[in-house]
Order: sequence, then C-alpha cells, then structure tokens
Amino acid sequence: MKPPPFTYHDPRSVDDAVALLSEKDNAKLLAGGQSLMPMLNMRFVLPDDVIDINRIEDLSYIRDDGDALVFGGMVRQRDIEFSGLVSQKIPLMKEAILNVGHRQTRTRGTYGGSMSHLDPSAELPTVSMAQDAIVSVRKKGGERDIAMADFPMGYMTPSFDLDEMVTEIRVPIWPEGHGYAFVEFARRHGDYAITSSAVLLDVADGGKITKASITVGGVGPSPLRVTAAEEGLAGETGSADLFTEIAEKCREIDAMEDVYAPAWYRQHLAAVLTRRALAKAYSRAVNGTEMNLR
Amino acid sequence: MSDRRTISVTINGETFEREVETRLTLSDFIRHECLLTGTHVGCEHGVCGACTILLNGQTARSCLMLAVQADGQEIRTVEGIAPNDQELHPLQQAFQDNHGLQCGYCTPGMLTTLLEFLEENPDPTEREVREAISGNLCRCTGYQGIVAAALDAAKRLQAGA
Amino acid sequence: MGAKMFGARVPRLEDPRLLTGRGSYTDDFHLPGMLEAAFVRSPHSHAKINGIDTSAALAHDGVVAVYTSADLPEYLRDKTVPFQVPNPAISQPFQQRLLEGREVCFAGEPIALVVADTRYNAEDAATLVEIDYDILPGAADCKSALEDGAPMCHSTSSNNEGAKYIVGYGDVEKAFAEAHLKHREEYWIHRGGGFAIENRAVVAEYDEIDDMLTIWSATQSPFLVKQNVVDMLGWESDKVRVIAPDVGGGFGPKTVYYVEEALIPVIAKDLGRPVKWIEDRRENFLATNMERDQYWEMEIAVDADGKLLGVRGKMIHDTGAYMPWGIISPYISATTLPGPYVLPTYELETRVALTNKVAVTPVRGAGRPQAVFAMERLMDRAADKLGLDRAEIRRRNLIPTEEMPYALGLIFRDGKPMTYDSGDYPKCQAEALRIADYDGFRARQETARAEGRHIGIGVANYVEGTGLGPFEGATVRIQPSGRICIYTGGGDSGQGHWTTLAQVCADKFGVGVEDIDVQKGDTGKIASGVGTFASRIAVNAGSSVHLASNEVREKAIKVAAHMLEAAEEDMDIEDGRVFVKGSDLSVPLSDVARAVQGMPGFSLPGGVEPGLEATHYFSPSQSSYCNGTAVVEVEVDPDTGYVDILNYSMAHDSGTLINPFVVDGQVQGAVAQGVGNALLEWMIYDDNANPVSATFAEYLLPSAPETPNVDVTHVESPTPINPLGVKGAGEGGTIPAAAAIIAAIEDALSPWDVQISGAPLTPSMIVQKVHSGR
Repeated sequence: MKPPPFTYHDPRSVDDAVALLSEKDNAKLLAGGQSLMPMLNMRFVLPDDVIDINRIEDLSYIRDDGDALVFGGMVRQRDIEFSGLVSQKIPLMKEAILNVGHRQTRTRGTYGGSMSHLDPSAELPTVSMAQDAIVSVRKKGGERDIAMADFPMGYMTPSFDLDEMVTEIRVPIWPEGHGYAFVEFARRHGDYAITSSAVLLDVADGGKITKASITVGGVGPSPLRVTAAEEGLAGETGSADLFTEIAEKCREIDAMEDVYAPAWYRQHLAAVLTRRALAKAYSRAVNGTEMNLR
Repeated sequence: MSDRRTISVTINGETFEREVETRLTLSDFIRHECLLTGTHVGCEHGVCGACTILLNGQTARSCLMLAVQADGQEIRTVEGIAPNDQELHPLQQAFQDNHGLQCGYCTPGMLTTLLEFLEENPDPTEREVREAISGNLCRCTGYQGIVAAALDAAKRLQAGA
Repeated sequence: MGAKMFGARVPRLEDPRLLTGRGSYTDDFHLPGMLEAAFVRSPHSHAKINGIDTSAALAHDGVVAVYTSADLPEYLRDKTVPFQVPNPAISQPFQQRLLEGREVCFAGEPIALVVADTRYNAEDAATLVEIDYDILPGAADCKSALEDGAPMCHSTSSNNEGAKYIVGYGDVEKAFAEAHLKHREEYWIHRGGGFAIENRAVVAEYDEIDDMLTIWSATQSPFLVKQNVVDMLGWESDKVRVIAPDVGGGFGPKTVYYVEEALIPVIAKDLGRPVKWIEDRRENFLATNMERDQYWEMEIAVDADGKLLGVRGKMIHDTGAYMPWGIISPYISATTLPGPYVLPTYELETRVALTNKVAVTPVRGAGRPQAVFAMERLMDRAADKLGLDRAEIRRRNLIPTEEMPYALGLIFRDGKPMTYDSGDYPKCQAEALRIADYDGFRARQETARAEGRHIGIGVANYVEGTGLGPFEGATVRIQPSGRICIYTGGGDSGQGHWTTLAQVCADKFGVGVEDIDVQKGDTGKIASGVGTFASRIAVNAGSSVHLASNEVREKAIKVAAHMLEAAEEDMDIEDGRVFVKGSDLSVPLSDVARAVQGMPGFSLPGGVEPGLEATHYFSPSQSSYCNGTAVVEVEVDPDTGYVDILNYSMAHDSGTLINPFVVDGQVQGAVAQGVGNALLEWMIYDDNANPVSATFAEYLLPSAPETPNVDVTHVESPTPINPLGVKGAGEGGTIPAAAAIIAAIEDALSPWDVQISGAPLTPSMIVQKVHSGR
C-alpha cells in the first residue's frame, strides 16, 4: 500500500495553486491528507499530479466578520477545536468537531478538505449545512461563492469544478444565546457517524421557537436540511411531545443503504437523534435543565 | 523518471537530509531512510495509529503525510522520549509498571499520543484517557494496562513538576 | 536470598527496549543489497487463469524479477503447502500452491511476485502484470455452499464438503425421549481474524559461502516454518535457520505456515540477494487466515430440575478454499461444547464447507467461543423455560470438584481421551458471581428501569484444553559471566516469555529475573521446538525450564562441592553463589561455569560433562484444562442499539500462576477480542465471496472507549499434568465473552421479549429486534 507515482507541486499562493489546477488534467489537491492519503496509499486514486496546498500560508485564518465567522480553507480541524471564537460564536461547530476523527487526524485535517471530500456523514459539512455557510471557490481568473444549499451535487461530489478549489468558508453566526446541539451515532468513538443530527434553535422569551435549523448527516447522499421538520417548529413552544412528533419527519427522508446500515435504520436514527438534539438545543436556549428525550 | 526532492527534517533534534521520491510517505522516510524503526506502521490508511509521531509538537499520523511535507519541520518519535539511554520517561516507566504493553507494536503511537495529551490535560479522568487513545488500536492489552499507565503517569508527572 | 520470583507480579523485562523504540520487528531489518517484494493477488474470489503477461512489469523502473508459477523451479510449480494436521474425516484436503497459475479460489490468492529495489516500484510493477481471467461463480455462504446446485469452490470438485464427522457419546435418543423439556434453536456465530497490529513479514537471506539460508519471519512458530521450508523446498535442515524476532502480535493466524514463507526464501536464493516482503493491511485482510462462520442447529434436553440429559445437533463450518490445518478449529468446537457441565449424552454432526475465501485456521479461542456460545445459549433457554435463574441452572449442572479428574467420553484434538485434569468449577462460578454482585443485580435493574435505562446481565462458563504437546524445550545455561541464559523454541508475540521463564528459573539460583536472558524463537539456538499457540508455552517451555534449571542446579552443586572440597548434601545456592551451609565457604556460579569450561590438559571437576547447562524437552501426557466464568453487565440503548459494557467480571482458573500481572494482561486482552466478536468484528463478503470489509474503517476492532475494564479474580487449581501446576492462560478471556455479552443484552431487552441467536450483534440488529418485539 504505497502511493502511486505522481509529480508533486507545492505552490506558495492560491494563484499558483489554481494555475496548476487549470494546467493539469489529472491532478489532486492535497490539503490535510486525512482522506486523500489513504486513497493514494490504497491506489484508489491515481493522479498524475498532486498539488500540495499546505505551504500556502494565507489560508489558515479564522476571522470574526460580525455576522459571520470566516474560515480559510486550510484551517485545521485542531484549530477549530481550540478556537475561542468558534466556541463562543458557533458552539454547534465546537460540539461537532470533537467527533471528527481523532486528535492525530485533526492536526492535519482541514475545513476546506472536509468540504471538498464531502462525506455524507462528515461533521463539518453537516454543521456548514445547518449554519447556511457560504463556500468560496476560486479558479484561475475567477472566484465565486456557493451557498451551502447548492454545494452538494451528489454523493461525495461538491458542485465546484475540477479546476476550482475551496478557499474560504463563511459561517453565519446565530444570535447570542441560541440553542444548538450536535448529536451523532457512530459504532466507535471517532468513526464516521452512521447518522448525525445538527440542530439550531432561536427561542424568544416565553419559550416560543422563532427559527429552527435541522440537518441530518449520513442519511442522504450529502447532509440534508429537514425543512418539513423546521417548518413544524416555527412559532411553537418546545415540548417533549412536539420534538418527538417533529423528529418523526426524518423517517420520510430518502435514505441510502449499505451492508453496514440499512436505509430504515438510518431513517430511524435520524428521528431518534433529531429528537434528542431538539431537546438538548431547546434546553440550552431556554437555559433550562436538560430535557432528556431518550 | 521518478519525481525526487532533497529534504531536510529534524527528528529528535538530529537533522536528516535525504533525497527522496516525492511520493514517499513520512512513515517510510522515518523508518527506512532515517532508520528510526521505533515508529511502526500498522495499516497505512490512517486508522490504527501505530505510526503516530509528534509533528512540531502535535500528534499526527505519519502514514498520512508525504515525507516532502515534513521538509523543514521538527519531528519527535518514540526514540526521542526517554531523557537518556539509561532512564525511562515517567510515561514509559508507568507503562512498564502497569503492564501497558504486550507485543509493543502499538506502543510508540500510544506513547506519542499520550505525551501530548498529558501535557494538555495533566489530571485526566479515565474516560478522557480512553477518548484520547481512541485513535490508537491495541490488539493485545484490552487497553486496561494502557489506561492505568496513563493515569499513573499523570500522577508521576504532576508530582515531578 | 532474594524475594521469590515465581508467582510474583514482576514487571516485564521486555518493556524497556520496546518502550524506547529499540525493538526489532521483521520490517526493521535493513540488509545490504536487500530487495523488496510485492504480490500480484487475485482480485476475484474464483477464476480460471488463461494467461499471464509480465513483460510490462519487468520493464518497470527498479524491477529485478517477476515470478509466476511458470517461473518457479520446476519441482515447486505444482507443489502445495504441506498439509499440517491430517484427519481421516477430511475428504477434500485442498492445499494452496506457491503461486497459482490455473484456477484461483479466493480473492487474495497469490499469482505472481514482483521483486524490485523498493516496495514502491514493486507495487507499481505489480499493477502492470496482465492476467486474463475467466471469472467463475464463487461459493460464499458456507450453509448454501453445501446445498445442491451451489457453485463449486474448486471446479474439479463435485461438492463443497471438505470433511464430515460425528462426535458424541451416550444414548442421545433415549435422553431426548425421556426429557422433561426440550428446546431447539439455530445459531449463527461469526468470528473474524487475529488482526495483529503488525502484519505478517518475511525477510530471507542466502549466504552462498556457508550455503546457509536465514529466514526472519513474523511468525509464532519458527520451528514449524523451518520444518516446512525443509520439507517443501528440500533443503537440509542444518542449512536453514528461522528466527522470529520481535513479533507484533500473533493471535493464531501467525502460527500457520504460508506460501509467502516458502516463496521469499526461494527467491532470495535464486537472486542471490536478501529479499523482504512486508504484508500490508489490505493483503492481511485478503490473505491471512482467519476464523469465520459457523451455523449450529442444536437441541437441548433437561429434566424437571434443570439437570442436563443431552445435547444434540448439527454444525456447519466455513473452512475457506484450503485446509492447511485440516479440521482443527471445528473439531475443537465440537469437543468444547460440553464445557464444565455433567452432560450425560451428546452428539454433534459437523460438516466442513469449502468456500471461495481465505482459509480458516485458529484465531485466539480456536473454535471454542462458537461452541460456548451455542451451549450457553441453550442453558439460558432451558433456564428461561423452566423459570430458573440462569446462573442457578448452571450451578446445578457443574461437574463437582470431587469428580476430578473427570473423563468426558470424547477424544480431544491431541488424540487423547478428554479428561479434565483439575478445576473447581462451582467455586469459579461462585467467585465470578460474587465479584459481579450478581445477587444485587435485579435490584440494580429495577432502579435503572425506573430511570428509563435498560441494563442486563449475562453469565457464561467454559473449559479450554491448553498446554498441548508434543513438547517445547528449553536449554538453561549459566555463562562464565554468571548471567543465566535460557533458550527456547517458541516465538514471543507479546506474551512476556522472557519474564515468566526467568521467573521459573530465578528461584533455583536465588537470583533476580534481571540476571537472566531468554533467547526465544530462533532455530539456531536450540535443536527442537514447536511454537507459541494453543496456550502452550507456560506449560511446555515453563516445565522444561523448571526441569533444566533443576539439573543445572544439581550440576553446579556437584562441581562446587568438588571445588570447595565439601559434601554435595551440605550445599545450597543463594544469590548466585553455591555455598556450604553454615560456613563462609562459597563460590559464585560464574566461577563454577568457568570451571566446567575446562582447562587444557586437566580433567573436569567431579567428572562432569562440560558446560554449566542442561536441556529438557517436557512433553505433557495430555492437555491441561483451564476454565472460567464471565459475568457481564451491559446497558443497551434500545433506540440506537448502542451497547455499553458497564461491568465485566471474570473468574479464571489457569492453575498455578507464574506472574499474575502477565496473566491479568492476557485475560484483559483476550476479553477485548471477545468484545469484538460479540459487537464489532465482522468480515463481510458479497454473494460471490468477494471481501467487502477489507479495511480497518469497515472491519471494526474494539478501541479504548468501547472496551471494558475487566475485573479478574483467579482461582488456582494446579494441574497434576506438569511439574509447575500451570495451565494456559492466553485464550480464556475470549472464549465465553460473546456468549455472556449477548446474554446480557438479551436480558436488558427482556421487556421486549427479544431472543438473540447470533453474533456479532450490530446496533441495527438490536433496534430491529426491539421493534419486532414491540
């Protein structure tokens, strides 16, 4: 299990990187390498050129833009884990990041890499979907923003072109005191989740839900917003019955299936985890004791 | 003709300059170019954690990096943990005293992982230790001796600090 | 005199090297001029090979040679791996050829071998070997494989039955006719592989000047490798040396001799350069033997008090495409079933199915976890149906201690009648129940249920034949420096032989373990050996060290008596010195060792043979049977199917303990593998027998958060079979684990009346059962 032969490039700027991307027909961008390197070692991918973007320095920022946190594409998962800004402004991401692999993989793994790989149960894309993130991609001579809703095109396939690279992710911030919860089910700690649920709630004084975001990972081909469930929450006051009923809508999602987890089980988990996430997020929003919905 | 580069990597304080194929993994570089064979390779797909090294002080899987990516970087491996040839580091001593290893193959990755973890969390709970080593597979010990060693080492390190 | 070493919790001598990165595993060897090999393996579970074209591979950078079957020396082309353990029950003992050139029968079977300057270049070239296949249907599931119309595993066969046999005793028909209660159930029990973190590895070097072939292999059994190399390749025994250096875990699959261990030496000799082959993890999933599926169709008969009257049934065992170790695993399964119980009648028919998968050979536990699963589930069912407590029905059936030794009425794999040598089964179960607070469990369960938590408890017993013969020897030698060196044949893959064998020896000379070296796993160091498997080293090598140490002790006294002009009966040894009791007269062992080196022209003192050393090959008269009881408490989340093991208690009787520290570690590690068998580890194949779960991301090993601490208590029933009273301890933890864990899960889910008849049990299976029960 050794990587196949390729030509290695380590550009120092995004311009150089995208120039190479446009030149080379069969190139792979190497970000944190936590997904690409195993695929290279197993020769599942056979690129002629590997463009290592780890030496590009100006892609590793986390910036507070007021209404959003802005992440450079090469921000490491470990940087997110230890970022005070992230825990303060996007607590959902902080809660999710601890489930991303292990410390040793978070050292290298990047936000942009995770978005580009787009595993349907990966935590960062799920959080990005929940927060309505905007992904900036650049190619030679052009840049564009892709709303998260339009970002996944299919199973592990983002909607940017082969000559484009993710440079930045802009993650809108929810109002202070919002409710959040990231709940996932994996066979072992640190594994890719079979299914996950990310919930954000804005709750008015008095307990009325004013805004809700519900995303499930690992059910569809990419993280999915459960709009039917979100709609059912608007204007309602949180309760165990309500959350149980709303979460049931997750069973209607068209689910994928493999030998490890049948479709019905993914749907079932989506309902269970969403029920739990809703209770947790709501409790946090109303500063109440945690509602325990097993 | 293969794509090659000359790189310079500092491992345990010693600088190794070698011309290598750009596709060479960092684990193979450490083991077969620098002949520091204490770092082990168990899966080459980033799951088992045997190849864990400290890259600029942070744990990383050396099978998931290319050697060229470590050019100019500082690496610490299992050979660089003990204070000298005669003594063991308190973490290593705790492993011996708590039967934290059997075949010794996963041990280097366990040690590097715990070295970083105990610096950040000097007084961990058992659960925290178990999560900290969740990315390192051991097939011999059932982890019980390793977890005991880590908790014991935390005490020793605190007492020594 | 120093502290007694035998029986003490001595930290391991092995550790400092391994903790500082100074171990030497096979891949750590870098020999001058060494080449690296990569295999071309079949990507298909079953295919005919029409042609192989190696020209592009040969032209690749760095490639030195490419071998196919046709490129091997003529005498090797059709040679198969020697059949290790024949048995008349085997009708189709297929064995693997070195390189297959006609019909591949499992995905991963080696077809060609590329040798190059680097592994990277060898792997590149391996992808350039072009093979023209006719893909054939594969026999996948072992049960279906025995049905009419199933695809043939080997196209030359007319059926897939590799072996068939019946074991049993007593009048089963009568027992069932008279039974108060009968219960019939089918079980599916899957076990995966050993999955040592170090994969297999072979380095071979041929020295033309000495005409000597040296093989380093990550094997548990260097002497078996040597024997097979000699048999297969026709080399002289004294021209082959096999060394098992540090080995990164074994667990069974590294016991067996593999084609790679034959090919790499052949090629090293052919090319005149050292050759290294390091199995990678993908190859390990495809081509290293494992255990797999067994289907049991079983029936139990008990009387109104829950006393066993009989057990009967049929079992189907998946053996894969080849049978290198014959029917060892399923035979052990069949003979393990009666366990610690007075079982008056028993009959099991076993059919061994050939499937297009890698061979099945023993993995830690070796067929026993499956049998224990079947038997313990049957006991649970009988208890439930009679309204008896599950521990109570077991208690009523345990063999009373006073009936030891207990003849079972079966023949074990060593060909000897199965006679349990010693053990206190009632005490062992009682101890396990005590440390698990079994009596307090129903109250805990009630409290938990009131909180909406679902906890359950499970109990399982087992008896395991350990310490198999024929022998494992030891040479004990006191060197002129005074250090003691022990040589023994079995390799060490983490068991701590250095420490434990030193403990056996140390007290004889009143020295510390640090004064003793152990050189193991090297055919150049001792004349004969077998290997480290079947929980046999403490029993065999331990006893040999004991006997050889005694002999060396006697000799040292004899020589020292001569040197000090004293009577032998007045002498003793302490702190490494032979002394005359009640006097200041003494001589260090180093001087005694020097004295028996001899001096030119003088006779040896006391007329002894030269050298302060002795060699013994202890051969046990039969296996010694260890036993144990596992009690497991779990919490199940019925919504997600997650199982959390809350408490794991085990009472373990492996006879006398040499080092309880090391034995605890063996039990804990073995339990972890049992946890994997119960909940995580599943080697999945598609309908055509192609492997699906061939990475560590898909085949799940237990990691630290999923693995429980094991509360181990030892019951020590010394065996009369060997002078130390020891029994094997390496596998007991694994054997009852799945049975106890699954029983506990079932108990936790009793509100849904769930019945579980298989393992592993995945979260989705649990949720499905809860829902169908609801």
